[in-house]
Amino acid sequence: MPHDHDDHDHNYTQPPSDLELRVKALESLLLEKGLVKADALNTIIDTYETKIGPRNGARVVAKAWVDGDFKKALIEDAGAAVAALGYAGRQGEQLQAVENTPETHNLVVCTLCSCYPWTVLGLPPAWYKSAPYRSRAVSEPRSVMEEFGTELDPNIKIRVWDSTSELRYLVLPMQPLGTENWSEDKLSALVSRNSMIGVELARNPEDIN
Amino acid sequence: MNGGHDLGGRQGLGSIAPEAEDLEPVFHSEWERRVFALTLATGMLGKWNIDESRSARERQHPAVYLQNSYYENWLEGLEKLLVEKGLLAADELLYKEVSVAGAAPELRIPDAEAVLKILQSSGSSTIECEAAPLFNIGDRVKVRKQYSSGHSRAPSYAQGAIGKVIRHNGCHLYPDKVSQGRTIGEHLYTVLFTNQSLWGKTEENAEVCIDLWQPYLSIAAKESG
Repeated sequence: MPHDHDDHDHNYTQPPSDLELRVKALESLLLEKGLVKADALNTIIDTYETKIGPRNGARVVAKAWVDGDFKKALIEDAGAAVAALGYAGRQGEQLQAVENTPETHNLVVCTLCSCYPWTVLGLPPAWYKSAPYRSRAVSEPRSVMEEFGTELDPNIKIRVWDSTSELRYLVLPMQPLGTENWSEDKLSALVSRNSMIGVELARNPEDIN
Repeated sequence: MNGGHDLGGRQGLGSIAPEAEDLEPVFHSEWERRVFALTLATGMLGKWNIDESRSARERQHPAVYLQNSYYENWLEGLEKLLVEKGLLAADELLYKEVSVAGAAPELRIPDAEAVLKILQSSGSSTIECEAAPLFNIGDRVKVRKQYSSGHSRAPSYAQGAIGKVIRHNGCHLYPDKVSQGRTIGEHLYTVLFTNQSLWGKTEENAEVCIDLWQPYLSIAAKESG
């Protein structure tokens, strides 16, 4: 990160960067003026750092793999289906699940900013918000996926979803072969965050043993 | 406006070099945590909407927008909104002079409990539209060319291209007006574009779906064809 001077290699204290000072000053100002409350800030951070993350989405996908009725409900109205599992809230209201098939693979991007289904995946990784991903996902998705080590058969069509509205997209990856009798819990370990964005496939059974 | 944020299809921005999924922290430093929390907390004051905050981040020199890290753009947008909406004076932001006046009495400042409620509640961008939708599923539509200085969600790479309507999503708040503080809805469609129509290339077996509001589109051919 260009202006981030966190440096833990030295055993003396680094002076804070201009950026750190600017943020500290802004926070002090807002607290002093009573525009924000300290406990509210801590709650926001704690929620997205420890409570809401891609394990939510992995449980949704695993359930869809084992429960045909849930999968149908998820495809029809993903927002309602995941809310029924307790995953409601910010940036997940109007969720669409897009299902990978042997013919079509789905990939999600937001070329204009960083729209992402927070309720099921948490906050997006840095690369998802980066200029290289946002620019290339729509125009050269195969080379993008290759950067994640994903080689897709050229016969499989890639369908890219550019999240330009308040609709949010969750990729439903294909269930790996050889996991037909697995429990939901065990299956959820195969569902990586990246597979729910679409840059990777679900993990293979041998990858988690 | 087609500023530094309007990135679809731009070339020369380099490789992605993703961090490993299991090793990447949610935040990469303490100041990112604080910027994120301050942005959400002040957003809850109800003085601006999501399109106004996107617009505030976009209104930067493209070179600066691209040079900044993600949360630096958030910080830039937040400072701009705080001043534009009158919550801070520009002088206070320069830390030259701080007035001791507290929050405006009409503002409700959420505490931890209120914040949790807000984070867990679902919102919706759908709204009533009086007029029926102009386009049907299967219609071929062309994305209008647009040269507006305001906030918009019609990505420049799709402007002029022809695609097929694959879904009508109902009537949604229209960002071009909402970013100006107005509550207006328009019909929202999901439109499918071939690689040929967007990029003039067919060698990659891929297509792109984009959510587009009705004013962005004109009819190219009705579905019956």
